[in-house]
Amino acid sequence: MSHGPAQDKPQVIYLDNNATTRVAPEVLEEMLPFLSEYYGNPSSMHSFGGKVGGKINQARERVAAALGCDPREVVFTSCGTESDNTALHSAVSARPDKRHIVTTRVEHPAVLNYVKLLEQQGYSVTWLPVDKHGRLDLEHVREAIRADTAVVSVMWANNESGTVFPVREIGAMCREKGVPFHTDAVQAVGKIPVNLKEFPCDYLALSGHKIHAPKGVGALYVRKGMLFKPFMIGGHQERGRRGGTENAASIIGLGKAMELAAAGIQDENTRVKALRDRLEKGLMGAIPEALINGDPVNRLPNTLSIAFMYIEGEAMLLLLDQFGICASSGSACTSGSLEPSHVLRAMGVPFTYAHGSLRFSLSRYTTEAEIDTVVRELPKIVARLRAMSPFSADSETEGQHKAVAACAVERSTE
Amino acid sequence: MWEYTDKVKEHFLNPRNVGKLDDANAVGEVGSLACGDALKLYLKIDDKGVIRDAKFQTFGCASAIASSSVLTELVKGKTVEEARALTNKDIAGFLGGLPKEKMHCSVMGQEALEAALKNYWGEKYVAPTGEGELICHCFGVTDEQIRRAIRENDLKTAEEVTQFTKAGGGCGECILDIERLLMEVRGEQAPAEGVAPVAEEKKPKRLTNIQRMQLVSKVIDEEIRPSLKKDGGDIELIDIDGLNVVVSLRGACVGCPSAQLTLKQLVERRLRETVEPDIVIQEAQ
Ligand code: FES
Repeated sequence: MSHGPAQDKPQVIYLDNNATTRVAPEVLEEMLPFLSEYYGNPSSMHSFGGKVGGKINQARERVAAALGCDPREVVFTSCGTESDNTALHSAVSARPDKRHIVTTRVEHPAVLNYVKLLEQQGYSVTWLPVDKHGRLDLEHVREAIRADTAVVSVMWANNESGTVFPVREIGAMCREKGVPFHTDAVQAVGKIPVNLKEFPCDYLALSGHKIHAPKGVGALYVRKGMLFKPFMIGGHQERGRRGGTENAASIIGLGKAMELAAAGIQDENTRVKALRDRLEKGLMGAIPEALINGDPVNRLPNTLSIAFMYIEGEAMLLLLDQFGICASSGSACTSGSLEPSHVLRAMGVPFTYAHGSLRFSLSRYTTEAEIDTVVRELPKIVARLRAMSPFSADSETEGQHKAVAACAVERSTE
Repeated sequence: MWEYTDKVKEHFLNPRNVGKLDDANAVGEVGSLACGDALKLYLKIDDKGVIRDAKFQTFGCASAIASSSVLTELVKGKTVEEARALTNKDIAGFLGGLPKEKMHCSVMGQEALEAALKNYWGEKYVAPTGEGELICHCFGVTDEQIRRAIRENDLKTAEEVTQFTKAGGGCGECILDIERLLMEVRGEQAPAEGVAPVAEEKKPKRLTNIQRMQLVSKVIDEEIRPSLKKDGGDIELIDIDGLNVVVSLRGACVGCPSAQLTLKQLVERRLRETVEPDIVIQEAQ
């Protein structure tokens, strides 16, 4: 039976892979039998359930192989957020006498808001700043760690700017001082090599849907010997570390996705990176008064956060949408809040640029033709919106924008 | 992604009257880059006071562009008197509605029109931020702007005030002031609408201890607690000893730098207004 012609599908140029990714066909293929015929409960004693349990174990081994750790150090969760929350919950409740936490201003809300909650409960928190490229100063980290620090939590790479943090060095500092180190590696896994063999980290969070597995599955690495307190209380699943019947098909999908991610690292750092650079060069060459948000050197190979002066992100996104181009914006108007993203604010990106920021994030499926479409269309969109803006260079309001820009820079560096 | 009406999409994709109007005799400018949206409205008004032409320049999102476009369409051909009667509701209505988070775009249109008309009448236009007391420092919104938005749009919560004025959409430090203004304006309006604020209708002249206790806990439960809960906070009534009301702050209010302000400006003030003027709030140790 025909399901209609393939061209009925919308033409999509999907460049928002830091938000989510498409499920890889190989992943889907492995999952499908476990959504249909093999529906046994992995905890059951019968062999029908045992088959599912066996596949979950294989997934655990695949995740462990991709991370370079022992399978017993992998706990499956429902998402990156649960992994982050579990790590922090575990670290603080295992050492109740320690009442201080070190983290950064640019963490994902999964860490940011959990730490804020702990702050409200009386924990003291050192919020580490970043510089204009979104980089951390290692000296700040060193100074922040105290005798009563319960945990240091620093993301491996930032989802918006793509800036990669020196987690190895931070982990080593923590180890030296005997403080647990957690890293949210949701954006790093699959994009840069993550090998936990000899890596000084105690908890690491990852998420399935950022690496071509489905949404609703994640994993937490917990180093052997680390004190652990479950976040989800229930049955004996995950060796008592996370109650609840396993999301079997998704876990199996995650295992396959991790295998593919490890195999694809090379491609990510050569072909995908070259496409990202082509996009960056094309846009910077065609659009004046643009700037790159993020570390020029240590940045995720798939991520380009770029800001255009005088215009606003949502308007650009909607016009890009006309061409089927999916990106995201750090601007306020797209997010439901009114201020630009906390990451861009922490980086001190002036308001003049922050409101007009776009993030493109590529994947293994991105093609050269797609990149060329963006390079062809976006400059026209920017020009069109700038022509409409009272702040554009030829406007009488230009004097005002300079004053506002100056005040914005001042404000953002407060 | 926001849900926009076809009319909003139409005006965003094909905005009417974009650009400068060189022979404009009325220009109104509101907003700023820092705030994330700005609108410059140009009007050409003839000797009979009829708006012959209108153009705009906008920095902002799709709703801001669509609101500006519609505004220029709405004012063309109107006399200045007729134009003066236009409100943000007319702009949003013409667009078939805006997402509630975007209502401030229509307010920006109304303010730009007012600014342009003031300019036409030769009055020096003072940006709305220049009138009244500055309440929201993040977005430069004054008490007058907030009061007006509450009155004209019948706003009931701080969240709605943010949607219409942006006040409160940044660091959130002004939320308590917004709540205060809401209580004040809605208190003024209540008799006309026949909706008296909680506890006011049956307040006896002299309260017995029991009556005081009942009234205090009613006001705390029905007015004060919900407004604190919106920011993740809470309050617990611990004891009432004569006119001394002992409470304890909970949740996000614990350790909040504005806790004392909350107790004095929100809790004590409201209990004095609604229960007895001599009530004193104390925080449980
Ligand atoms: S002062 Fe109003 S949101 Fe910051």
